[in-house]
Amino acid sequence: MENKKIPGSEAVILSLIEENVDIIFGYPGGAMIPIYDSLYDYNDKIRHILTRHEQGLVHAADGYARVTGKPGVCFATSGPGATNLVTGIANAMLDSIPMVCFTGQVGSPLLGTDAFQESDLIGITMPITKWSYQITKAEEVPEAVAKAFYIAQTGRPGPVLIDITKDAQMGMLDWKYEKCTKIRSYVPEAPVDILKIEEAANIIDKAKKPLLLLGQGVIIGRAENELREFIEKTGVPAAWTLLGLSALPTEHPLNVGMLGMHGNYGPNLLTNEADVIIAVGMRFDDRVTGKVSSYAKKAKIIHLEIDPSEINKIVKADVAVIGNSKKSLQLLTDKVKENSHDEWIKEFKKCDDIEYKKVIEKDIHPTKPGLTMGEIVRMASEKTNHEAILVSDVGQHQMINARYFKFKHTRSHVSSGGLGTMGFGLPASMGAQMGMPDRTVFSVSGDGGFQMTIQELGTIEQNKLPIKIIVLNNNFLGMVRQWQQLFFEKRYSFTKLHNPNFIMIAKGYGIEGNKVDKREDLDAAMQKMIDHDGPYVLEVTIEKEDNVFPMVPAGASVSDVMLEP
Amino acid sequence: MQVTKESKMKQEFIITVYSENHIGLLSRITIIFTRRKVNIESLTVSESAIKGIFKFTIVIEETKEQVIKMVGQIEKQIDVLKAFYHTNDEVIYQEIALYKVPIEPIYQSNSIEKIARNAGARILEITRDYVVIEKTGHKNETQALFDELNKFKVMQFIRSGRVALTRDPIERLSEFLKERDAFLDSQNE
Ligand SMILES: Cc1ncc(C[n+]2csc(CCOP(=O)(O)OP(=O)(O)O)c2C)c(N)n1
Repeated sequence: MENKKIPGSEAVILSLIEENVDIIFGYPGGAMIPIYDSLYDYNDKIRHILTRHEQGLVHAADGYARVTGKPGVCFATSGPGATNLVTGIANAMLDSIPMVCFTGQVGSPLLGTDAFQESDLIGITMPITKWSYQITKAEEVPEAVAKAFYIAQTGRPGPVLIDITKDAQMGMLDWKYEKCTKIRSYVPEAPVDILKIEEAANIIDKAKKPLLLLGQGVIIGRAENELREFIEKTGVPAAWTLLGLSALPTEHPLNVGMLGMHGNYGPNLLTNEADVIIAVGMRFDDRVTGKVSSYAKKAKIIHLEIDPSEINKIVKADVAVIGNSKKSLQLLTDKVKENSHDEWIKEFKKCDDIEYKKVIEKDIHPTKPGLTMGEIVRMASEKTNHEAILVSDVGQHQMINARYFKFKHTRSHVSSGGLGTMGFGLPASMGAQMGMPDRTVFSVSGDGGFQMTIQELGTIEQNKLPIKIIVLNNNFLGMVRQWQQLFFEKRYSFTKLHNPNFIMIAKGYGIEGNKVDKREDLDAAMQKMIDHDGPYVLEVTIEKEDNVFPMVPAGASVSDVMLEP
Repeated sequence: MQVTKESKMKQEFIITVYSENHIGLLSRITIIFTRRKVNIESLTVSESAIKGIFKFTIVIEETKEQVIKMVGQIEKQIDVLKAFYHTNDEVIYQEIALYKVPIEPIYQSNSIEKIARNAGARILEITRDYVVIEKTGHKNETQALFDELNKFKVMQFIRSGRVALTRDPIERLSEFLKERDAFLDSQNE
């Protein structure tokens, strides 16, 4: 039987359909026109979201991937279209987000000639992609795309890039698709070594002050239940990294809070008291460890991790369990003894009380007139019964979001961790809302970051995405200002912002909005936004010079965590 | 965990990388070194004994601890099959050097044959203007011959990247490939 002959451009679309892609985030241009032309015929099978800037589409794909676990798919044209993706690809790489980006490229005879809108995307993105490939012949399309999807979502996920020349889009091939199931040079996950599990279980059984650190690996491995079973059997308290947030419900009795620079007092302070640390799917980022040479010195370190190159990278592991977190945790739970650590957990409670008095109470029940980020974020959480998805931008509010929003469901917190990309929040919330159309999605940004991708209000309106957009306006690049205040004698060098009328801008885009600057108006305004059927921008004027505490100053030890300046 | 003193000391390491041939992999590998400001002392790429599989031999001077981390990063590259690291005494290695020396002074001194013989070098070509000599050995040996020949003012000199073999009785790669194929097949059952 003869196979059907089709152009490479159509093969791209058919390959996406084979991979169960239902949504593409894209922006067309000359080098992508053939693919866009083929897409026109498959409008009923696959949705395409046209953003207002390529940075918007790549973050949207990222947000979509984080809430669904499915790879985000991006289309961008050659040259400037493709280079506009770079920030978003780097962001996805550092946060291990599965993503498949397609970039158009000039015709293959023109490669290397500085042709119009030619840029070497493979070269540019090499250090920030898990894998990349340039297609120069139509017949390469199915295999390359299949490989791209396999690599992006298996093992430790990450972004992959397919650069496809215009002649490859227009050339013909015999259509046949086969999913990729293995690559000889790539082992996505090694089988768990049972001897290591036994070694780890022995240490855990003897521990007096064990602490579990959970990272995004728990979410990626879909190991939330396994994690819960493990801590409930062993009685080990669990603290989370920024990207591990929402894997364990906020109110779980063994959830002791957030690690790192602006994390909770207890988990930071007591990291250096713990005798055993069980790190699951986390990579000891410097924002988590503070000064490594004085980090967790009393503890034996057990590291459960899928990526062997993370073992001993920052912190030496006494026992390294390489493999998928779901399987490792299951095996480990089988081996460990039932236990409880009530006295040890009381130490966390004591720290919580101190933190509450010194920090939290002032943040969420302020007595001063100015509004605080903390009270606003907590109110949003409460008004949605802690069921919502929270998408954050980067800065002070990002830390406040993580500290005060509460979660009942996994994959509900979307935040740019490794790269800390301002401008991430608003576009990522579009992807989150499209991935989870039935859930309430909040996008919470600062006045600085909001303006970095504000143009995506256009995409939100065009697609009627009912996102609840909160802009916390302190007229400052708050996080930088905080450092300037604390460590640079209040020399506020270029951190003050004169802002536009955000509500007028929202209305210009056809989006409803409201501005609040008094506490007594907040509740009603928040309720109105939540009840509103459609997108809504709520701008809140907040205290200008509030700081985020606790804080582990850069380069200090986690046990030097400060509760006040 | 204890960090041994040895792992903190810089020394020469030979990293061998086996890969499926893919355009761009060389860049992906070199980025791993350049990103950490590690100088590549020598780099050789060639097809291995197994068709379609390429071998990179990379010489760097680093601590063992760093080398282990970088080898981990190299192995993480999708198209890399396997990477090994060795110290010099664990492998048999050679570099090749070529020297172009002007003919005149050599004739006058009448010592070229003797120099070549003593150094275990061979003469590749003699023309009216110059002699080309080839020597295989370790860097200190090829350097010693350079110093000797430079009495006659060496016109051109080139030293290759390093090539190395392990002392293992078996070819590690073919064993490795057998295991890998069996493992991947078992995963897909
Ligand atoms: C693209 C980008 N540029 C610069 C920074 C550095 N930076 C980190 S936080 C911050 C201030 C953010 O200010 P704003 O968006 O108003 O939020 P706030 O800190 O006030 O909550 C800056 C400039 C960054 N993270 N990302």
